[in-house]
Amino acid sequence: MTETLLEIKGLRKSFGALKATDDVNLDVQAGEIHALIGPNGAGKSTLIGQIAGGLKPDEGQIRFLNRDVIPLSVAKRARMGLGRSFQISSLAMEVSALKNVILAVQAREGSSFKFWKQVRSDQGLMDEAMIQLERVGLADSARTVTSELSHGQRRQLEVACALALKPKLLLLDEPMAGLGAGGSQRLTEFLESLKAEVGILLIEHDMDAVFQLADRISVLVYGRVIETGTVDQIRQSAQVREAYLGEEE
Amino acid sequence: MTDTLNRETIVNISLAFLLLAAPMLALALDEPFYISLATKVAILSLAGVGLNLALGYGGMISFGHAAFFGVGGYVAGISAHHMFEGSDFLGLFAATDQLLLIWPMAIILCGGLAILIGLFSLRTTGVYFIMITLAFAQMIYYLGISIPTYGGEDGLPIYVRNQLPVVSSDDPLTFFLVCYALLMGGIFLSSRIIGSRFGAALQTARMNEVRLATVGIAPFPVKLTGFVLSAMITGLAGALFAELNGFVGPSMLSWHRSGEIMIFVILGGVGRLYGPLAGAALFILLEFFIGGFTDRWQFFLGLILLGVVLFAKGGLMGLIAGRARHD
Ligand SMILES: Nc1ncnc2c1ncn2[C@@H]1O[C@H](COP(=O)(O)OP(=O)(O)O)[C@@H](O)[C@H]1O
Ligand SMILES: [Mg+2]
Repeated sequence: MTETLLEIKGLRKSFGALKATDDVNLDVQAGEIHALIGPNGAGKSTLIGQIAGGLKPDEGQIRFLNRDVIPLSVAKRARMGLGRSFQISSLAMEVSALKNVILAVQAREGSSFKFWKQVRSDQGLMDEAMIQLERVGLADSARTVTSELSHGQRRQLEVACALALKPKLLLLDEPMAGLGAGGSQRLTEFLESLKAEVGILLIEHDMDAVFQLADRISVLVYGRVIETGTVDQIRQSAQVREAYLGEEE
Repeated sequence: MTDTLNRETIVNISLAFLLLAAPMLALALDEPFYISLATKVAILSLAGVGLNLALGYGGMISFGHAAFFGVGGYVAGISAHHMFEGSDFLGLFAATDQLLLIWPMAIILCGGLAILIGLFSLRTTGVYFIMITLAFAQMIYYLGISIPTYGGEDGLPIYVRNQLPVVSSDDPLTFFLVCYALLMGGIFLSSRIIGSRFGAALQTARMNEVRLATVGIAPFPVKLTGFVLSAMITGLAGALFAELNGFVGPSMLSWHRSGEIMIFVILGGVGRLYGPLAGAALFILLEFFIGGFTDRWQFFLGLILLGVVLFAKGGLMGLIAGRARHD
């Protein structure tokens, strides 16, 4: 038996008349990469938002590590071990890449209510942040101001920040976008190597990456999960081809 | 990067030195009035250093810091009043004229008040935050004018300045040096706070609260703590200001005062350690020298402010010391 990291049941969320999440059931197991695919506007980011806590669902359950997390704040969920990246990066733009990761390391280590010791001279904090930057291939840009990074690099930086939290579950919203072929391939290999340490819910449009990485795939269309299955099952599903994959060919 | 760092450090040291040198020069030239002018600069700078922590580093545009400035002043004034009358505060506490007790009282009281105000106003952002902090400060202002025991609209004179051990607070130069030391202490404390883990969290709250929450740090307590620390520093400045003037009145609580403290910060350079000193010094020099020629000096101040906001985004510090260093 594997451990269930995330379990979503009967989740619903509407924006006015628009059903962005429509009776979604989904789970992520430890050691699993569960890919979430679907056309633009299907409600993928909205689902991530509800799991991470920025958006309140209208109905349904979200259990993370066997705990109902809907009443918990974004920060609380992050401290429980939920790391995420955003489709549109959300970083501290005026400071360096390194400082963004340092903040994450400091948050994981516990108290941010330390007023005297200088972060600058905290070698342990810096070293650990550098390790995470190296892992995502951003070590050379550590001192670059975040606003000067490319969109692709900012996504990598968000992944580094999320990893610095030593999360149990990663929610990645289109991490390959803006990376180019070489970058996507490198990130694909990197995510593969992460599997052992963290479960991943991966939203991605790059089908090569999805088919290479995913243990299971869920297909979201108009807020509904129309199918969940292994890579082969999804490839062969007529319904999926029609609703989604077919459009791409 | 290193160049701007050095340049800013040099500018900072020069500012600190100039302020220290001014009253010495005044004494040498036998112009004691300028000692009190320099003391005023030191005290108002300290008020700005307090606000800068909330506004410049935490992004909390408080338009109500006069509440803390004034409450600090009233602590000094009320102590002096009871001491002079030989009465007890509310019949509970014996009066004191010891600044080493009065200052902590002012700081703690302002901290408590800031918790209260912060708990409500920090639930809002942007213009609403500005308006709510203003509204709270106005409430305190009306409280100030409605208590006849403490002078009401007329305020309270401090006939005898409160005392320090060993040195004489009545001596203008000594009092300047005390205020100067507290200003430098306030700036040093700010620099430690800003460079600490808490400072990193506070500045991230300004830049992007979502980022802060995403790494697991709840923004609200961080902002509240920053707001409280800010209020405490401004409150201490208020206590000094009342002693300097020998008077505390509702004017110290008025929204004009909040605006003035805000002007020091913006004029000097938002989020720059020595910005409030640069801003307060320029403001007071303008007030004094242009105010000597024309009572329309605020018009010129307005022009300069406009110029700073439009052309020198980093305020005076941005102009002389270059862009803020962020790495
Ligand atoms: N805050 C919001 N208010 C109103 N509509 C929204 C909001 N966020 C998303 N939507 C709508 O919900 C649908 C799903 O959006 P989203 O989750 O971003 O899709 P995806 O990530 O799959 O492309 C879209 O039609 C989008 O316009
Ligand atoms: Mg999306």
